[in-house]
Amino acid sequence: MARGAEPVSLVPRLAGGAALLVLAALTLGAILLLGAQADTGWRLDPADWAALRFTLWQSFLSATLSCLLAVPLARALFRRRFPGHRLYVAFLGAPFILPAIVAVLGLLAVWGRSGLLSDLIAPLGFGPLDIYGLRGVVLAHLFFNLPLVTRILLQGWVGIPREHFRLARQLGFTPRDQFRHLEAPMLRRSLSGAFLLVFLLCMTSFAVALTLGGGPKATTIELAIYQALRFEFDLGHAAFLALIQFTLCALAALLALGVGRGVLDLKGAVAVGRPTLADGRVARAADRAVLALGGLFLLLPLGMIGVRGLPELVVGLPAQVWPAALRSVLVALASAFLCLMMALALSAFIDTLRGRRAGLALAGDVVGVLTLAASPFVIGTALFIAINPFADPFALALPVTALVNAAMSLPFALRVISPAWTEITRAYGGLSESVGLRGWQRVRLLYWPLLRRPAGFATGLSAALSMGDLGVIALFATPDRGTLPLVMHQLMGAYRSDAAAGVALLLLALSAALFWIFDRGGRIDTRL
Amino acid sequence: MTLDCEGLRLRNGSFELTADFSVPQGASVAVMGPSGGGKSSLLAGLAGFLPAVAGRVCLNGAPLDGVPPGDRPMTLLFQEHNLFPHLTVAQNAGLGLRPDLKLSSEDKARRDAALDEVGLSGLGARYPSDLSGGQRSRAALARALLRDRPLLMLDEPFAALGPALRADMLDLVARIRAEQGATLLMVTHHPADARRIAPLTIFVDEGRAHAPVETEVLLADPPPALKRYLGEV
Repeated sequence: MARGAEPVSLVPRLAGGAALLVLAALTLGAILLLGAQADTGWRLDPADWAALRFTLWQSFLSATLSCLLAVPLARALFRRRFPGHRLYVAFLGAPFILPAIVAVLGLLAVWGRSGLLSDLIAPLGFGPLDIYGLRGVVLAHLFFNLPLVTRILLQGWVGIPREHFRLARQLGFTPRDQFRHLEAPMLRRSLSGAFLLVFLLCMTSFAVALTLGGGPKATTIELAIYQALRFEFDLGHAAFLALIQFTLCALAALLALGVGRGVLDLKGAVAVGRPTLADGRVARAADRAVLALGGLFLLLPLGMIGVRGLPELVVGLPAQVWPAALRSVLVALASAFLCLMMALALSAFIDTLRGRRAGLALAGDVVGVLTLAASPFVIGTALFIAINPFADPFALALPVTALVNAAMSLPFALRVISPAWTEITRAYGGLSESVGLRGWQRVRLLYWPLLRRPAGFATGLSAALSMGDLGVIALFATPDRGTLPLVMHQLMGAYRSDAAAGVALLLLALSAALFWIFDRGGRIDTRL
Repeated sequence: MTLDCEGLRLRNGSFELTADFSVPQGASVAVMGPSGGGKSSLLAGLAGFLPAVAGRVCLNGAPLDGVPPGDRPMTLLFQEHNLFPHLTVAQNAGLGLRPDLKLSSEDKARRDAALDEVGLSGLGARYPSDLSGGQRSRAALARALLRDRPLLMLDEPFAALGPALRADMLDLVARIRAEQGATLLMVTHHPADARRIAPLTIFVDEGRAHAPVETEVLLADPPPALKRYLGEV
């Protein structure tokens, strides 16, 4: 047979190569461009040093607290069964696609100056709470990442073989022995990866810093880039800061890749086993308290958005909201489509290389990590600088946002699709070879039907992430071309927090709807 | 140790198993039957991992109602995951003496003697991942030996081993059982295993554990259900 395996893998290689090229241009190209540009801004002002320190310190605090608090919560979820348990666990996945600005507004409604808690403690003579600055940034990051780490740890607990729990009971382990022999080894493995992941996510979370940070004491590097670009228009200095940001994130991402393989798993549901840990009345009460507090911490801010936003929706939202909503949906759809295409192409590419040249296949993973390390802001800054000589960057705000958002959700989409693709090849590659199922037909009859579920999930994730993004758009958009999150931010800046809550509710509904439609679409008619 | 199941009914999710039989002290009994018939549930129930809905288990006439697994005078080896991957062979075996692994020098001597006995001399510092499947089984048996409980139950821990290795393991189990004078319950899919070390066999099928009968007699003229399971020989 002259037609061996080569023709089959040519297309995926071309497509994968193209996707790699786009990514490389967006990440490494961006770095090169920034490097060339930065020569005029090669300096670290005292304010920059402060931003550097603040970025690292808030990331460290956020990651540490998320990990510490996730342990009791995950343990309680593993040990206890109660009505709504599945819902609780499913809800832990929600903050991942929750628009950051919506969460911030919700947190302000609970923890802010005129929030629920301030109202509660005012009669007791305690002054209103203030969550602007370090406290607020860490609180918001905790809100996002506590559920993430809890899910990772819950997976870890569920992953302990049932036999080991039985062995522990048979051998008469005390709770101490049990912790030492069953749980501590799992925690060591899971927590190191989770810590680095959260650290990385907190370093690159712009929206939280933009809304809750600011000022000399609470400016992150990304916020400093934003200010250099938008207010000082110092491209060289912005480029230099972007390089620093990229270096730090790349280090953290490499560490995370080395330590926490598999931690980025975003599978829809967490399989939950049976509670078999040793246990007493005190432990039960403690678990109940932990579950209640955790639930309140996560649910109250969203509830407040509902309470404050619903009347606004009924009365009517400001006029600029609707065109912004349309722009947001269009950007999200374009971004999700781009992301899916790149993820499919890269998955096929990685798959054809696996087993031949492991190094090359790893390159695919590394590119995924690069995008995780290159914050949307770093890429956005580079694009701004690249576009500026030729066209008005502000006029290209929406296409640029769609592209950058696609690149941003790619590592997550890749984590979902690539293993599925590889598994299909492993399981059915030989069979389809033997019945002569090749090329496009193989994609149509084998890969696509089996990939629809993960692909739908990944697309939904990507659409929701893009929908809620407040990063690049803040850099590029003029007020009349904003997306929904940007409109929300403007309303909040104008102290119209009730109107903002109405917009938040709309944004939330649209994000959830997009996610649901794609995720659902991937499941219809599948027998798997 | 005489083992009595008196009108025992066990529940495992929606599955129910009934058992009503008696096993004499020091007997070696094979447990056979189709997959999903209840073999593993029977052993898990005897070990205290599944709740008894009705009836009870007695050892030498003493009921085990409500006795936690660790306090029951028995050891159960699972199909897999019998060793902790982050502990050495010596530590895994040592758990049979003290779960907190604070072993006295006397304990350590006993532990090393047990490792010698199962053929793992000098391998105590290794981790389970460095061992072959047979060696892992031996390590688990060393721990069972140290626990020295009068009822030893095996839920197919040797299923993944080749025929020769499995025969070696069975002989080792038979030797340990004889030394300790323990009663042995052993799940297996192979009539040859039963013939090799178990003069009695309990047939488990469709949620019912039948009383033990002589293995040779049972295999010579199997009832229809067992015949279907064994296939034409």
